[in-house]
Amino acid sequence: MTTALLSLPVLLPALGAGLSLLGMRRTLTRALSTGVLAGVVACGAALLVLADRDGPQALHAGGWPAPLGITLVADRLSALLLTVSALVALAVLVFAIGQGTAEERHRSPAVFHPAYLVLVMGVGLAFLAGDLFNLFVAFEVMLAASYVLITLNADENRIRAGMTYTIVSLTSSLLFVSLIALVYAATGTVTLAQLGPRLAELPDGLRSAFALLLLAVIGIKAAIVPFHFWLPDSYPTAPAPITAVLAALLTKVGVYVLLRTQTLLFPRSGVWTLLACVAIITMIVGILGAIAQDDINRLLSFTLVSHIGFMLFGLALFDTAGLTGTILYVVHHIVVQAALFLVAGLVVGRTGTAALHRMAERPSPGPLVVVLFALPALSLSGIPPFSGFVAKLALLRAGAAEGSPAAWALAAAALLTSLLTLYAMTRVATSAFTGRQTDGPADRRADHRPGRRAGHEEAQEPSSAPPDTRHGRPRGSRSMLAAAAGMTATGVVIALCAGPLARVGERAAGDLLRPDAYRSAVLGKEDR
Amino acid sequence: MNRIDVTMSLVVGGLFAIGFHLMLQRSLMRIVLGFVLLGHGTNLLLLVAGGTPGRSPVLDGEHGDATGTADPLPQAMALTSIVITFGLTAFLVALAYRSWRLSGHDEVRDDVEDRRIGTVRERDDTEPAPEPDRSTRVTTPGGDR
Repeated sequence: MTTALLSLPVLLPALGAGLSLLGMRRTLTRALSTGVLAGVVACGAALLVLADRDGPQALHAGGWPAPLGITLVADRLSALLLTVSALVALAVLVFAIGQGTAEERHRSPAVFHPAYLVLVMGVGLAFLAGDLFNLFVAFEVMLAASYVLITLNADENRIRAGMTYTIVSLTSSLLFVSLIALVYAATGTVTLAQLGPRLAELPDGLRSAFALLLLAVIGIKAAIVPFHFWLPDSYPTAPAPITAVLAALLTKVGVYVLLRTQTLLFPRSGVWTLLACVAIITMIVGILGAIAQDDINRLLSFTLVSHIGFMLFGLALFDTAGLTGTILYVVHHIVVQAALFLVAGLVVGRTGTAALHRMAERPSPGPLVVVLFALPALSLSGIPPFSGFVAKLALLRAGAAEGSPAAWALAAAALLTSLLTLYAMTRVATSAFTGRQTDGPADRRADHRPGRRAGHEEAQEPSSAPPDTRHGRPRGSRSMLAAAAGMTATGVVIALCAGPLARVGERAAGDLLRPDAYRSAVLGKEDR
Repeated sequence: MNRIDVTMSLVVGGLFAIGFHLMLQRSLMRIVLGFVLLGHGTNLLLLVAGGTPGRSPVLDGEHGDATGTADPLPQAMALTSIVITFGLTAFLVALAYRSWRLSGHDEVRDDVEDRRIGTVRERDDTEPAPEPDRSTRVTTPGGDR
């Protein structure tokens, strides 16, 4: 039973991807992908129940014991994130099918579904991986699929963005392999459960070097601020559903790996000042970048970077309350960020432009879209009844309870960022939904534009509507709306279930800080 | 305790240095070559991590003593890593080729949106003097090559 549950989130998408390459009829492929993702959601939920009741579950593939074979482990944290991620992936798939990204029939008819399923497989494997090398393989599977998705139907702009994205990700992957080689040379194992005690025996300097290298590797993958530059350049060029799934899942996988490795491999007591500084810079720089943007997708990408800082906030505190806040924030943010990008896709599809200053001149995209945008936007800014408020409150309370100067600085930065997020979201709302010009930078920029374009032609209309908008409105609009509405509703449900969710989060955070159960599940009792 | 293979370490260091140097170039083909060299460097690093060089790779069935044989785990990891870098190199080359087909040169180009936001600020500072030449000049050196 556990064997099936632990292997299916990886095996189902892999088999589905293989089958969808066979060139079946379109409806069949759609049904297959949807069914596979629904299956993964069910497995994730079952794993969550099982892990919450009986503690971490482990599977040794092929019967090889832990240090040698491939180990899959599910504890509360990984099962929770697996469920939420699969749910979001399912909603985005419905949106993509509605929009027609799924079957761009001209050039690459069969690429989307296999690549998408492989992406989900990589995400599932990353959440369940029990050793560093397996984690690397999971990252590569996930990223390779995302390279394909981001360069689908490549025009010049997408190739440029895809190249940046691919090369940056590959560099971080190579650093990851180097880290694995060095760690193996120093300790003789890559199994996460064994590494903690063995790393503790190493000299302090070496240990810090490993921790920093790991932080840099994950920093690139999760777009933490000194390493964030690639994200706002590459994500917005892809079609809306692909941006949504990449934004919702890939960076969160990075945050998950950071949570898992830092607590399991480099346990510490008290506030981690370096990470606190990084978190503050990430929040502030990200949101300032968002305010400067004029393109709705780039603006949302920058808020994504900024809100990664909130997830680091809790990890930097390194206590149960902080980690609970981080877990709640990750869950909330996966759903809300996906919803925002989907709604942005709807807005761009209906107004025909992604530039805010131009949207103001177009007709409003309709009251339903306004509501669908407003709910996740308010949630992202942390306005009370929504999920963002719950997560932010947990973080702020954790910061206040910790009480050190770094924690207060973090809390202050978080409040400021929330306020600025609200400002950025208001800017989007006023230009997209009222049909009036906003005051502020967008206006001045609009004034400059004509002269500049006459000046030199290579500044061709920047970020003009992505190609997928050409056939946005007529067909599939209903399922796009349904998917976006589903995401928004999920956000509301998270807020409604905040109590039970917070308790699961707290237990998961407790697991992270006391990894004995995890270790004995992987290694067996006698081996510890 | 493991002995360190100095030659191998130097080779790995050299591959890393050349690889990163190439990756910082502006031509896509050089970046791809840089990635290839870096990939070789990391794969060799995995092998070096396996411990003392020159040990026998296979266990003799009769003498069941594993102390004298090489550690198989880094080799397995290196194999996996070689496959991954190979596949991604193929993808990168295809991407570089597509870029060359679409734009006629294999340069890494600036992001238009980034540059636009940069020029907006410059314009706000030096209001009446428009400077369109500035951004065109940024791109020309590569184009002339």
